[in-house]
Order: sequence, then C-alpha cells, then structure tokens
Amino acid sequence: MGGIMTVRDLFETLDYGPAPEAADAARAWLSRHEGSFGHVIDGVLEDPGPDTFETIDPATGATLAVCAQGGDGDVDRAVRAARAALPAWQALGGHGRARHLYALARQVQKHARLLAVLETLDNGKPIRETRDLDVPLVARHFYHHAGWAALLEREFPGRTGVGVCGQVIPWNFPLLMLAWKVAPALAAGCTVVLKPAEYTPLSALAFAELAHQAGLPPGVLNVVTGDGRTGAALVGHEDLDKVAFTGSTEVGRVIRERTAGRGVALTLELGGKSPFLVFDDADLDAAVEGVVDAIWFNQGQVCCAGSMLLLHEPIAERFVAKLRARMETLRVGSPLDKAVDMGALVAPVQLERVRRLVQSGIDEGATCHQPSWTVPEGGLFYPPTLLTEVEPSMVVAREEIFGPVLVSMTFRTPDEAVEIANHTPYGLAASVWSDSLPLALDVAPRLQAGVVWINATNMFDAAAGFGGMKESGFGREGGREGMHAYLIDQVERSLEPYPDGALQPPAGPSELGDEAEPAADGRRAVDRTPKLYVGGKQVRPDGGTSYPVRGVDGRHLGEAGWGNRKDVRDAVEAARKASAWTKASGHGRAQVLYYLAENLDAAAPRFVERLRDLTGVDEAAARLEVDRSVERLFTYAGYADKYDGAVHAVPIRGVALAMHEPWGVVGVSAPDEAPLLAFVSLVAPLLAMGNRVVATPSPRWPLAVTDLVHLVEASDVPAGALNVVTGERDALARVLADHDEVACHWYVGSADGSADVERRSAGNLKATWVNHGLRRDWFDPAQGEGDAFLRRAVQVKNVWIPYGA
Amino acid sequence: MPSPQPATVAAHPVVPVGPLPRNPGGALDLDWVASLRVDRSAAERRAATLTTRRSVKQAAQAAWLLKAITLIDLTTLAGDDTPARVRRLSAKARRPVRPELLEALGMADVRITTGAVCVYHAMVPTAVAALEGSGVPVAAVSTGFPAGLTPLATRLAEIRASVEAGAEEIDVVINRHQALAGDWQALYDEIARFREACGPAHLKVILGTGDLGTLRTVARAALVAMLAGADFVKTSTGKEGVNATLPVSLTMARTVRDYAERTGVAVGFKPAGGIRTAKDALAWMILMREELGRRWLEPDLFRFGASGLLGDIERQLEHHVTGRYAALHKQPLA
Repeated sequence: MGGIMTVRDLFETLDYGPAPEAADAARAWLSRHEGSFGHVIDGVLEDPGPDTFETIDPATGATLAVCAQGGDGDVDRAVRAARAALPAWQALGGHGRARHLYALARQVQKHARLLAVLETLDNGKPIRETRDLDVPLVARHFYHHAGWAALLEREFPGRTGVGVCGQVIPWNFPLLMLAWKVAPALAAGCTVVLKPAEYTPLSALAFAELAHQAGLPPGVLNVVTGDGRTGAALVGHEDLDKVAFTGSTEVGRVIRERTAGRGVALTLELGGKSPFLVFDDADLDAAVEGVVDAIWFNQGQVCCAGSMLLLHEPIAERFVAKLRARMETLRVGSPLDKAVDMGALVAPVQLERVRRLVQSGIDEGATCHQPSWTVPEGGLFYPPTLLTEVEPSMVVAREEIFGPVLVSMTFRTPDEAVEIANHTPYGLAASVWSDSLPLALDVAPRLQAGVVWINATNMFDAAAGFGGMKESGFGREGGREGMHAYLIDQVERSLEPYPDGALQPPAGPSELGDEAEPAADGRRAVDRTPKLYVGGKQVRPDGGTSYPVRGVDGRHLGEAGWGNRKDVRDAVEAARKASAWTKASGHGRAQVLYYLAENLDAAAPRFVERLRDLTGVDEAAARLEVDRSVERLFTYAGYADKYDGAVHAVPIRGVALAMHEPWGVVGVSAPDEAPLLAFVSLVAPLLAMGNRVVATPSPRWPLAVTDLVHLVEASDVPAGALNVVTGERDALARVLADHDEVACHWYVGSADGSADVERRSAGNLKATWVNHGLRRDWFDPAQGEGDAFLRRAVQVKNVWIPYGA
Repeated sequence: MPSPQPATVAAHPVVPVGPLPRNPGGALDLDWVASLRVDRSAAERRAATLTTRRSVKQAAQAAWLLKAITLIDLTTLAGDDTPARVRRLSAKARRPVRPELLEALGMADVRITTGAVCVYHAMVPTAVAALEGSGVPVAAVSTGFPAGLTPLATRLAEIRASVEAGAEEIDVVINRHQALAGDWQALYDEIARFREACGPAHLKVILGTGDLGTLRTVARAALVAMLAGADFVKTSTGKEGVNATLPVSLTMARTVRDYAERTGVAVGFKPAGGIRTAKDALAWMILMREELGRRWLEPDLFRFGASGLLGDIERQLEHHVTGRYAALHKQPLA
C-alpha cells in the first residue's frame, strides 16, 4: 500500500488506500487493566498471580496483555464458585434468567466496537469479520437464548439444567464460541467455568466484565485462563456435570477418555475437512465467491471451512481459472484495515504448520497456486492458496490444514462426489452448489455432515444447530437441538443403582449344562439351539461355543451362543451393508415393526412361559412384559413416520431444515432385567428411526430374544437391519465400542461397563448413551420409552437452503 | 519432483488503456444464453459484502469521488424540460466541481467534466450547442423511451434523428416482453437494427431490469444485447418501479466479464436510477473494481445514469477539504 498517496495519484490508480479502524477503545480498556488480567471467579477479576503468559497481536507480534496461567487450585475455586451459584441461578426460573441473557445481548451490542477491535487485536482476523459477523452473531445468540430461557419450562417439560459446566473453547472464534457455549448453558439454568484459548483470552475477560456490569450474579460465569494444562484441569475436575469442548479432534479424544465413566454429559465440536461440491449447473461466479467465504474466511482457521473443493469435471478447468483470478483480488494485510479480506494467522506454530502441509502437498505432486502479490512482512501472514492435482490419498487431502489452503479434486457423477466427500473421518459441514433443486436435495442428505449449505457456505445462526458427525464430534450448538445439550431429564436424575449382585455375568462356556429335562409326558423335545442372528441368518457362533442359560431358580433352560469379537465384526459388517433399511420410508419401517408386534402378540403365551422360566415372575408379570413389548413396538412404529425434524427460522430468505437422520450402525448392549421388554425398548426406537442395530441381549437370560429372532425373521425385517449376538455383555460391548464402523452405542449395564464404553468410544468418537450402572424401570413409560430414546436415536442435520432467482 | 509454480493469472479481463474498438457483436449463441445461471441469494450476499470488504477513506475517497463525477451521465428526462434547463445542466457538466475545491485537492489542472449529458431527443440540439468544445458528449434516450413499445420503424427513425442532431450516444430501451417471453432472436434482431441505425454513435441498451423478474433473465438479456452489438448495457430507464440495484448490477457486470473473457471485447456498463449519494457511487465503483477491474472505471466502460448524484458528491468533496459538513445550496445548481 506504499507511502502517502495524493488525491492526484489516487485519481489515476483508484487504489483503496488505508482504511484503519481506530483501536482506541480497546487499547484504553487494556490500559485500564494495566495490561494484566487474572481469572474471573465468583464475580471478581483477580490479580494474575505469579504464573502468567503473554497474549500477542499476531499481526504485529506486539504483546497485548499478560494473563494468568490457571492451575488446579484456580480451577477448583472456579468450579466451587459455579457450584455455589447454581441453586440460586436455577431458582431464578426461566424468566429471571431470560432477563439476564437479554441484558447480556444488550451489553454486547452496546460495546460492539470494543469487543470487535479487541478480538481482531488478539486473534488477527479482519475487523470486517469481527464487526459484521462475530459480534452480531454473539448478540444474536444471547437474544435467541433469552427466548429459550423464558420458554424452558413450557418447551422442555420434565427437563432441567444439567448443572455445573466446564467449557473449553478455541481461538478461532473466541467470543462467538463463548456465546455458543455460555448462552445455552445459562438459559438452561447451568453455571459455567469457561476456559478460553491461551492465544485469545481477552474477549472472554472483557465479556465477563460486561456481564458483571450487567448484574449477572457472581459465580454464574467464571473465566479461568491458561493453556492446555488449565483445560485438562478443568475437564478433569470431579465436580462437573457437563463438559463442552470445541477444538481439535485429537484433544476431543483425550477429553472423551478423561470424562469417561464420571457421569459427565459431554458435547464435542471438533475438526473437519469439509467438502465444497460444485456441479456443472451451478452459478459458478457465486460458487467462486462461496469458496472465498469458505476457506479464506478467518484465514481458513475455521473448523467447518470448505477446504476440500470437489469440482464436476465439465467445469473444473473453468472454475479453477475463475478462482485463480479471484485470488488475485483478495487483500491480505493489517486486520484492522477495513479493506482487507484476510488478516494474520493466530500463532507462529500455525503458520509453520500451514507452510509444512503445503510443502508436503507440493512434494506429493500437487500444483500450488498463489496470487502474484506477496503478503506483508512482520506479521503471521499467509497468502490464499489453492492446491490442484490433488489426490484423495495425499496428506493435504486428508488432514485438516486449518489455514487458507484449499485442495481441489474432480468428480464425474453425483455418486462419486458423495463418495469422495464422505471419505474422511470427519463429518462437520458440507457445501453443495447446483442450480438444480432435485440434484442438490438428493446430495445433501447423503453427505455425512452435521451442517449442509446449499448454494451457500459458513452460514450460522442461533436458531439452527451446529455440530458434527463422525470424528467431528457430537452434540449440537444452537436451536432446540442445542438446548438439549444442557438439559437433563428429571427421570434420569431419579434412577437408582442396581442392587448388589444384580449384574453378575453368566459363568460362560466354562460351565457345561445339566442334562436336559424331559417334558411332563416323558417325550424328549427336538433340540432347539438358539443361534446368533447376523445378516438375516441364524448363524453358529464363530468360536463354536455355547453357554448354559439358567432360570432364576438355577434350572438349566438351554444353551445360547457364546459370541466373540468376530461375531460382532460380522454383525457390524452385515449392518453396514443393510443401508436399504435406512433408505426405507418411515411408513415402510412402521409396517415392519407393526408386523413384528403382531407376531409377538400372537406368540404371547410362548413368551409368557419363557419369561416365567427365565426370570421367575408370575404369569401376570410375564404377560405384562409381553404386552408392554408389543405396546412399545406399536409406539415406535407410530413414531417411525412422525418424529419429524424442523424448519428453523433463520434470518435468511430461505430455510434451514433440521433433519433427523439415523446414525447408521448402532450398538446396543441390553440389560438382564426385563429381558424381552428392555431389549425391545432399546432396539425398537433405533430401528424405527432407520438405524441398523447390532444388539447383545441379556447375557443371563438371552432366550426371550433368541425366540424373538424367529419372529423377526418372519416379520419382513430386512437382512442386517437387526443383528443379535448373544454372550457376555461387557466383552461384546468392548468390541462394539472399539469398532470404527459403529456410529453410536447404547449401553445398559454396570458403571464400570459404562465407563469402558465411553472410554473406548474415543477411538472414532462415536456417540454413546450409557446408564452408569443406574437402573431404569422398563415398565414405566416415563422411563422406558419416549422422546429421550428417539432423540438419541437420531442426529440432527441442518440443511440451509437459501433461495431466490 | 515438485511441480513448477504455474504462470500467474490476470485478476480481470485484460483491456488496453486508451481508445477501444467497438463491440462488433456476434452471432446469437442460444446455448450460451441458456447456460447462464444466477443465484439471487448468492448475488445479494456478494453485493452486501462488497462495501463491507472494501472501504475508501480520506484522500482515496476524494480521488474516487472526483473520478465518479467523470463517470456521470448528467441526466434530465422530465416532461417539463426546457432549453434553459438543459443549458444549465450542460454548464454544470462542463464544470461540475467548484474551482476552489479542485485547487484545494491539488487537481486544478486536471480536466474534470461529467461523462455525458443525457436528454430527450428534443433537447439534443440545445445540449450539443451548449457543450460545444467541451468534449462532453450528448446522449439521447431513444426508441420510445421509457416503455419501448412504439413501432420499430418509429424507433429506428428516432435513433437516426438523434444521431443526425448530434447525439454521440444513444440510450435505447428493449422490448421487455421479448426478454420475458424468452424470444431472444427477436430481441437480438431489434437490437442489431438499433446498432445499425446508430452508425458512429455508441449504443447503450437499457434492459429495464426492474421489469425482468429474475436475475437470470437479466443476465440473458444482457448477453443477447452484447451479442447484438451493444456498446453499453444499462440497467434501467429510471422510470421502472425498481431501478439500479447492486445485485442486478453485479449480475450484469459478471455477464460483461463473461463476454470479455469469451470474446476479448470490453463492453461498458451503466447503472441508472436511484443512485443518489456519494456513498452509492463508491459502492458501484467498488463493485466494478472488484468484479471487472480498474479499466472499467473509465468513462468509455462505465457510467452512472444520475441527476441528483453530483450534488451529493460535491458536498462530500467540500467536507473532505474543509472538514465541515457542507450544504447542498452552496453547490452550484445543475
């Protein structure tokens, strides 16, 4: 941008000239605090203490402030403060909290410039983004959640705030991620300990100050600053009810492991390698601009950045030419300049990583396109970069680069586009560009991503849920689905542990069965060996081993297959292939479940007898269990075509469709009690929503379910939609929890088994629902069926569809 | 083996500085016309962020606004136009900025006039006389302006008469129904006839975008006009319910770019109607600079059709010089 230009010079060049945003207010705020900040605990901004770190302006390298490095003691004080503040905050009620959230939204608007400039100074992102996107979205988030607070009792009956939340947020959208975490938590009646990223702690501290000024009660929102050690201390604190994390998949995995078995609710919003699909009938100029908003937004340091450009072959060359021309007109420079598109990367280590990955791409044969101009010196700047001639196997096509680097590949057909797009461990977001509604709406549901934008990208709103599938995490932020992440069913709070000894595993194949008893008339019945049920076939266990099943009175009732890891593997494989069940209509799935119910009802006497033999209950109780099982199948057959998604009221001309999508392959570990009803209660909602299930029935009393399998076979359930592996629950659960093809796992068993499932789920970050050793009354509809089951049987995908011709 | 760094690419269609050849037009390529796609929401998003991504302040703003003046087709198109009114307008076109302001901006020796004066046919002789020697061309609106529904022979005669009277630029309106009905051949044929009738005068084709319903129709009509030989494509007559908007202008600018990329020919763009403030002018100039490049900010490739815009720009220039907010009545009347 050179030296001082005269009007005469500029009349010729028509350059933009510098357009700096004044940083006075932000600098004054920093000076008022003498550039030094401690934690905000119980409404007090503390002194930083001896252990500190510096936060820098990445565009200049200048130190902005010194902040406290939070230790275990700080975290503990903050959690205690949050715990102490919880009862009064909950007692305030929805309306009372709504007033506070409303005041916070107002505070953000009143101090919009301070927050925007501070964020730009600390993070390096352009002032345009903090001013026009981050801060307005933050205000919007608090307004929207003021609404949820006010409506909580009415809209979420029987649910209350989960409690004290530990929240760890990243540096790429410091204040916006704060809003996404804090607003729903406060609305739900939770109190918070927030740990902002060490690169960008300032806006959180400023927000805490504004919240204090707005009268937010002490302890409701506490901020502890520091690096990863502080984050680890926070998520490891034993007195948390909920942990929410946004950041890398790597750290997400560690958090999943550390929170396993603690009864802590968890949501993770992790990394991504989000595809950006351009079909040959798209408005290409619009799509080029979409790429700019996808990957050159916030220097590409966006978890949902459209970083993987997939081009339809007929337009690939033309599109790349257009894109390269567009790259020439991007402007990189001082993030406080109102006429730049990109500022600085957040930290030297990020710049180094981007450089290294781009070089690896070039080394592997990609062609690197960068604009002809060079980036300014002295800050952490990196130019917009496009890598072409990229193959899916290259590191740059697989790893999240988290910088302004786009890789491009081509496809021939929509199927191939979907295949490449889904061929990543991640599943956060996707963008589809086509002028054809039938094409775009065919592709969107097939993309494994929590958010899909059609002819748009990087649109966010408080009314629409945001969050990932697969290794991009689980849970949603925003909208109704986001509120669920901070609420807990009263029912779940009321559950009691199993009585001692109730969870004894069966002795297994080591024990041989007794001699089979002849029937009353002395005739010997033809041997009926229960088998495993895999891929629509009754199969013998891989190990060639069975184990005796005894009634509650010790009587030997038969033998069941002793399933092992290979049986689980085969069952998961069968389930993976059974995608027809997922594609079937809700009506179609309902028909199958009704048919199963019909057959079960017809066979009721046989099941009554079986249940009496197994569990020793009287006839009335056994009959009730069968009747309830039939009823439950009816319930979910009814829901199969009624558990609709929603159309969110987002502020665009268009719609955001919140679609309920099945997970895919779900593992179910059923408990011993009510061996028929519990199994049906777990499996039916999953099947109704289109999941394919691999279930292990009661280890102690599997015979009710192996009987049920005969009815399943006769009820038009497609092969692979439901697979049953009998054997020891926890051993089989381990294999399911470890399995990368299993997207979700419901476990009902011991506390230790629950912990194990949660810990192992970190492998592919599958969603889990475990009982932590607490016992449910399956006969009570409030505990044994309903929304809690359905909600966990689906994940919400938000499809944004702006329109206009 | 690292691949070689690919050759650099141009940000925009490459157009030489200095006089340009006129658009020769080309055969009506209906496949090309049919292939155009415009997503309105995306166009609106781009239009809305053009001015938030770019900002022109201080000296740059003064320079851009002076440039804007040279791009104005200073226009009067009212039933009560009189020769006196047109003479006053022409005088303003010759000297649109007070000399003391130009002095203060260090631009006293730079010739600043408006791009043209735009009038009805009846006023062409008055304007031509009033502008003699100024280098400011006279543009005449023609072809049954603003509806474009008089007989073709009449419309063609109108063009010839205005050219004969000394108009160097002819702003014609299209038959909107041809675009709405998708009768591109008829539209193409008529515009080609207009171009023929213009002879040496430059042809500016008004699409009446406010009447066209969709941005896709806007893009298609713009392309057909260019293929038929338009020297400029123009948004509006100023008489439609909706006149120039940024999304419409973005759509037309991108069609101009597409045409330049595929044919190598640079066609001009003229938004008209509703552009009243200096801020508006900067927004459109940013649009042109971003989408088409610096070359499209010269009067041979870009014009504003406006009547009130100049006054506001003068005020802003005075504010730049004095630091005080200026009154409209202190700027000489057009």
